[in-house]
Amino acid sequence: MMIETTTAGVLALIAIITVVTLVTRFGGVFIMSFVTINPRIESFINTMASSVLIAIIVPMAFSGDAGSLAALVVTAVIMLATKKPLPAIAAGITAAGLVRYLGLTTL
Amino acid sequence: MNASTYSYQFRPEKVRSEFFRLLPISLFVVAFGAAFGLAAVQKGLEPLQAILMSFTVFAGASQFAAVDMWGSEVSLIPLIAVVFAINSRHLLMGASLYPMLREMSPGRRYGLLLFLTDANWAVSAQEYQSGKRNLEVILGGGLALWLAWIFGTWLGVYFGGLLQDPKSLGLDMVLGCFLLAMALGGNKSPRTLVAWTVAAISSLAAWKWLPPNTHVVVGALAGGAIGFFWLEKKPDDTVADGETSP
Repeated sequence: MMIETTTAGVLALIAIITVVTLVTRFGGVFIMSFVTINPRIESFINTMASSVLIAIIVPMAFSGDAGSLAALVVTAVIMLATKKPLPAIAAGITAAGLVRYLGLTTL
Repeated sequence: MNASTYSYQFRPEKVRSEFFRLLPISLFVVAFGAAFGLAAVQKGLEPLQAILMSFTVFAGASQFAAVDMWGSEVSLIPLIAVVFAINSRHLLMGASLYPMLREMSPGRRYGLLLFLTDANWAVSAQEYQSGKRNLEVILGGGLALWLAWIFGTWLGVYFGGLLQDPKSLGLDMVLGCFLLAMALGGNKSPRTLVAWTVAAISSLAAWKWLPPNTHVVVGALAGGAIGFFWLEKKPDDTVADGETSP
């Protein structure tokens, strides 16, 4: 099914994207409201939560350029050394900019 | 709202401090909003349509993917599939906040979820791991991110040329670095490290071999399975098999 990008069509498309996104924002909580929280589910939820972050970051590191890899490595090192998120993030971004400025393609 | 039946004490003054706490990262989000605004008008959206989309959708990666499919016509099913796949991580993110959210009335609960996005969720989920309950960051931090996203889109559609290449400044890595810092700031028990390893390997495998945009959910569920079968502290009765999906 095709929707033409006339004014009405675009508004319809935006509405559809909004609803689909809203379903994802509400859906997990809605489903959980039928689940009894026991220690096992609690443990699943907690491990899953931190795994979400890893599952976003690791493919990002592998699919990106040398700059994005440098950003993540530097952030990780500073974060583990200092436990302070802001310096770690700032250093990571700087590393990405620097690597790209220097035109390094591989580390 | 009846405060006696729902025990979560939502503190308005904390919403304010969480707003300011996520303001620095929101400044970077402005740059991405601008990149989106520019991409959207280049793909033929009207400026106001692009701003409207950022206002109502508020999910950057899926918006970029959506306008990437733009043309004189847009085919609906692929659009819905891509947007759903990219945003499906929200399902897991929302579910992970459920132990806190269930202590709020449904109206507030779903109202808060309107503001759910990666950065404010990461803060809330990470603090929950260390025993702190912080849903205020979802609202306060979410507001900062949302306003920044809309403001950035506005900048991009009207003054897109200002920041042609946020990538050269490393700005595309802000969210990645932020999420990584949040992950590493949490507790790192042996169980967590095993779960991370499993999540990393399965998300990479999914990224390589499964349909696009499924890797986050696959990796997160695989990591979650470790938690499902490996309970911390008390020695557990072994369960032969079980469903790992929520």
